Amino acid sequence: MNSYNRVVLMVFIITVFTVFVGRLFYIQVIDSSYIEAARNNAIKKLIIRPARGSLIDRKGKLMVINRPFFDIKFVPKNLPVEFDSITFCRLMDLEPEFFSKRMAELRKQVGFSMYRPQIFISQLSVEEYAKVQEGLYHFPQFYAEKTYTRNYPYGSGGQIFGYLGEINQEQLDKDASQYYNPGDYVGITGIEKEYEERLRGVKGISYQYFDVKGRPQGRYKDGEEDVAAKAGENLQTSLDIELQTYAERLMTNKIGSVVAIDPSTGEVLCFVSAPTFDPNKLVGRNRGKTFASLAKDPLKPLFNRPIKGASYPPGSTFKAINGLIGLQRGVIDVHTTFNCFGGYNGAIHVGCHAHRSPVDFEFSIQTSCNAYYCNVFLRLIDRDNQVDRNYKDWYAAVQRFGIGKKTGIDLPGEVKGNLPTAEFYDKVNKGWRWRGATILSLAIGQGELGVSPIQMANYACAIANRGHYFTPHIIRKSPKNKVEKHQTGVQQEYFNYLVDAMEKVIEGGTGTIAKIPGVSMCGKTGTAENPHGEDHSIFIAFAPKDNPKIAIATYVENAGFGATWAAPISSLLIEKYLHDSISRPALEKRMLEGSLLHKYPGYVNPNPPATKPGENGEKPKPTPTDTLKPQAVWPVNRKTLSSTSIAQR
Amino acid sequence: MAGKQENPFKYIDRPTLILMLALVLIGWVAIHAAVYSPQMGGPFNWEHAAGRQAVWILTSVFLFVVLFSMDYRLFEGMASISYIIMIGILVATIFLGKEVNGAKAWIQIGPVGLQPGEFAKLATCLMVASYLSSYDVRLENQTTQLISAFIILVPAFLIILSRDTGSALVYASFIFVLQREGLSIIYLVLGLATIAAIVLSILIPAPYLYGSVGVFMMLYVLFSRRKKQASITAITWTAASTAIIYGVQYAFEHILQEHQKTRILLLLGKIEDPSGAGYNVNQSLIAIGSGGFLGKGWLNGTQTKFDYVPEQTTDFIFCTIGEEWGFVGSTVLIILFGLLLFRIIHIGERMPTKFGRIYAYGVASIIFFHVLINLGMTMGILPVIGIPLPFISYGGSSLWAFSILMAILLRMDAGMRSTMR
Repeated sequence: MNSYNRVVLMVFIITVFTVFVGRLFYIQVIDSSYIEAARNNAIKKLIIRPARGSLIDRKGKLMVINRPFFDIKFVPKNLPVEFDSITFCRLMDLEPEFFSKRMAELRKQVGFSMYRPQIFISQLSVEEYAKVQEGLYHFPQFYAEKTYTRNYPYGSGGQIFGYLGEINQEQLDKDASQYYNPGDYVGITGIEKEYEERLRGVKGISYQYFDVKGRPQGRYKDGEEDVAAKAGENLQTSLDIELQTYAERLMTNKIGSVVAIDPSTGEVLCFVSAPTFDPNKLVGRNRGKTFASLAKDPLKPLFNRPIKGASYPPGSTFKAINGLIGLQRGVIDVHTTFNCFGGYNGAIHVGCHAHRSPVDFEFSIQTSCNAYYCNVFLRLIDRDNQVDRNYKDWYAAVQRFGIGKKTGIDLPGEVKGNLPTAEFYDKVNKGWRWRGATILSLAIGQGELGVSPIQMANYACAIANRGHYFTPHIIRKSPKNKVEKHQTGVQQEYFNYLVDAMEKVIEGGTGTIAKIPGVSMCGKTGTAENPHGEDHSIFIAFAPKDNPKIAIATYVENAGFGATWAAPISSLLIEKYLHDSISRPALEKRMLEGSLLHKYPGYVNPNPPATKPGENGEKPKPTPTDTLKPQAVWPVNRKTLSSTSIAQR
Repeated sequence: MAGKQENPFKYIDRPTLILMLALVLIGWVAIHAAVYSPQMGGPFNWEHAAGRQAVWILTSVFLFVVLFSMDYRLFEGMASISYIIMIGILVATIFLGKEVNGAKAWIQIGPVGLQPGEFAKLATCLMVASYLSSYDVRLENQTTQLISAFIILVPAFLIILSRDTGSALVYASFIFVLQREGLSIIYLVLGLATIAAIVLSILIPAPYLYGSVGVFMMLYVLFSRRKKQASITAITWTAASTAIIYGVQYAFEHILQEHQKTRILLLLGKIEDPSGAGYNVNQSLIAIGSGGFLGKGWLNGTQTKFDYVPEQTTDFIFCTIGEEWGFVGSTVLIILFGLLLFRIIHIGERMPTKFGRIYAYGVASIIFFHVLINLGMTMGILPVIGIPLPFISYGGSSLWAFSILMAILLRMDAGMRSTMR
């Protein structure tokens, strides 16, 4: 027997165990990748969603809040094999097959697990939850989890607030900070979108253990590395929610916009795009359905007209600006007069209604004389025979009133409207020399000119302030929200003439219907020719005359003269804002109840009235307050105007 | 060898007993950690593995005491009978066994299931010791070699038939016993060479192997002085290599089951499949590797506790130790095993009888192979072969079998030392 026979086994043992210790040293001490792998296995990062910030109106009233909803959840694995789903569904006030249908639906979802909580019913309201709470007690496998959705106590302001929606892949890809996760809700439009980062707050993180089947197993390190969620900022807006609600009521069954601004600050007081929608309908379980029907509506309730309505010609409200530029450039003074015998009769004809002649600056505003402004415009553009220079000068002067550029309001999707450039006219006229007469429609706010209602309200502010305006905004000024002051470049003295004239519009001109007892108010009517139907009714105003508190622009599509709809609506809103009461109930009633829906192309009345078919298309009957309405309308001479057509008032 | 026996407990080998108890307690603590959850209650809850293991430990202590109280001279006489009974039970298991994890290795006795395979090692060990210690048996003798092989391979073959290939592998450990008793070391070397050849045959395509063997042999003949003798050697070696290469590839393709093939290929790095067949090893490595130098601390492991590691109380119990006690704890465990094995070998060498020595070597070899295969598997060095880690892994059969194995060893040692004085 050899002596080494005794040591062979020992040598093997030593060799093998040395290899093992070496191997352990490698995987446990040298290679650190296993630590990461173990962490990825067992520790999951849970996101804690913070409460979204609320929106408060200028008087401190809550306009947008979070409302609790209840999701009924369960872990499928916890259900007994012989689960009585029929009794359960009956208790939950559901159809008997709901359970099996819902299970089939859940199983199809990506990432479904029998061990993880699944949503059985989502977003029950507090009332709905109260009904099922009793029944739920008998089924301990089911439990309720509180979640929050947006709620709008006033049911108005949907267009401003915007709505939330689940984040889509494109937004996720763009999210450079990697803040969002699939399934997060983000602001899609309105303030919700614009102030997303301040409203959303900061998500919290909780690290939790999970076993191999995905069952939670408690907090990692007792929450040492957890990050608490930070609630979103509550934002104070400049809106007056009661004025907003009232404005939406006044605009019911009409298409158009109302924008009211506090001219001394640029704060938006109300902002209506009609038709609008109840934002409460865009949350909760029926969101998808409501959204689809709103998106399909031919009257486009989701279209934000005050900032996106780019194709609105400002009509006669624009005369104020042309007048101011004329005065500033010295082509007229306040005493300059022009004749008007039924309109302007030069190279082309622009009709005008019957009024006395000759017309000076004040009367031109008061009566909204077309001929006067055609003459002013021709003097501005054609002076010294330098059309190009003069047009560019006029263009720049107009732009200083905030036209043809974005106002910078803190809402997403604002358009800049259309202020045609000299180059545009060179192109349109294909090299032919064009002159003031060629583009005469600009004189009275027609033609290619496209001004959004927010821009109209904005220049109403510039007039109210006698020469400057502040960037309109909805979220109140703060170190984070700078508000700029813009000068129009027109001397205050000329504004004073204009303001006096605009007061006369209300006292004894085209806008007398808007007169509010005891309020010195200034306004200007407008009627924009609409090739697709009846004219648009426009009104800009501010009050009181001295130290104005509110400036407003109202645009009612297909509503006829400025004085018929836009002026009374503006007037009621100003009165409401200044006095918080209405002294003219008959006018209010007529505005609230009046419907213009039948005038809109493409509109189909879902509930035809039971009256005779003939009555359906009739215009609202004139009431005594209408007596000051101008008597005649001069026909538009379409033959003499090829590219533009003109109407007035 | 006559005379009145003194109290055997007085002569029990204390270091072995302490090492054994230490390992059993480490196992119990690790099992508790592997299934731990704050709601489960204490480690004595029958609902959990640790609680049941406590029962197995207590019954093992009882078995140990009973065996230790017996006359040590009885064991040698019981060898043949227990071996024959064990063969009978193994045959019965093939037909009557309960299938667990694909192996029909369990028989149900009342509320507990037992694995006869665990006890067959014990019987075989006794039988080998009994046979080799017979008066006229010499391992240089070919007949002796064949009979020894027969004694060892019959239970191994029966266990393979019940599809518990892993347990059967342990019988290869008896080669160390035979080697100690005089079997030429060539057999051990040949065995290792065959394993190497098998691994190469799987790893490298046959034409390359045949080619390289051919080239090697030609060079051998060319540079050899005695060309004729070298040629014969070369032809013999070439034939043997060809037989091994062909045989292995045939066995691999036609004899091995699909999951065994996959496990071998995974280990050799021919395929990668971390979520499928490689899942076990991958999770095992993550658990051990994430332990780091000092470990995550007792009950703080996540990989075993939360079931990421499969079979975390039985075959993969080392993962819990590696994860919670880190490199330091794992190394301590390996050292404990090493000390135990060396102590057993020491006991064997001091035995006055051949039977005692061979039995001790059998015990050491069996424990060594279990540790080798089990730890090698959890560390990803060896293929996944499901056998328990002695004294540590959860399971009544395993613990009982190792307790009996040790009880007999220590009893013989105590008995002989008490009478030798």
